[in-house]
Amino acid sequence: MLGFACAVVVNRNPVASALSLVLSFIGLAALFFMLDAYFIGTIQVLVYAGAVMVLFLFIIMLLDLKAEERRKFNTSVLIGGLVVFAAFFAQLYAIIQQVPDGHQPFPVLPERLEDVHNIGFLLFSNYNLPFQVVGVLLLVASVGVVILSKRELK
Amino acid sequence: MELTLDDYLLVSGLLFAIGFAGVLLRRNIIIIFMCLEMMLNAANLSLVAFSRFRVQDGLPNYNGQMLVFFIITVAAAEVAVGLAVIVALYRARGTTHVEDVSSLKF
Repeated sequence: MLGFACAVVVNRNPVASALSLVLSFIGLAALFFMLDAYFIGTIQVLVYAGAVMVLFLFIIMLLDLKAEERRKFNTSVLIGGLVVFAAFFAQLYAIIQQVPDGHQPFPVLPERLEDVHNIGFLLFSNYNLPFQVVGVLLLVASVGVVILSKRELK
Repeated sequence: MELTLDDYLLVSGLLFAIGFAGVLLRRNIIIIFMCLEMMLNAANLSLVAFSRFRVQDGLPNYNGQMLVFFIITVAAAEVAVGLAVIVALYRARGTTHVEDVSSLKF
């Protein structure tokens, strides 16, 4: 999964980049399944690997982007990026070492986990208001996209 | 060998760092956008790992998974709007390179 994530950054061709990202997201969904988060894993495959990445590929092919070859690779930018990457990861690693109980194995769960049932119950009881707010957000987003894609604004 | 919380957090941190490096290194605005998605997913992974780790009454702590659900929804909306902005930008300027779009630069 991390290899495909690196491929997204390294690939020069945007289509290859997007397809690597799909594979990376599918690997991430597998990690969610390993963590017994079946609903989230399914949503990950359906929404991210399915809908979002198809949208990305659609836009890339619509804009007919070529692999970027004409640009010279900027060495100072590359070094700066790698330094920031290394510093960030070193910092994060130091913090993760301090997580209490980080080395304990995960607690055992019951054999039969009613994952979707529990999430659905929580969604419509405790999280009812955020759920409706998200619905309004999606409506606003779709209206905004229609406005943005109009050729000229009145 | 059994995977522990640390391993998942490490993978999540690496994924975030790769996405971050991609945002810094790449000059194609669509690739930058994909790397942003990767960073959101890294946060999701650590949320799910913590949710699985803090077991209450024999069940995972579902509050973390609810947060992931909302993050995925908002990210989908964000992708739709962002790609519309990119298409509008491409129509106006004919490029998706961040270096060619510098009218706001002082």
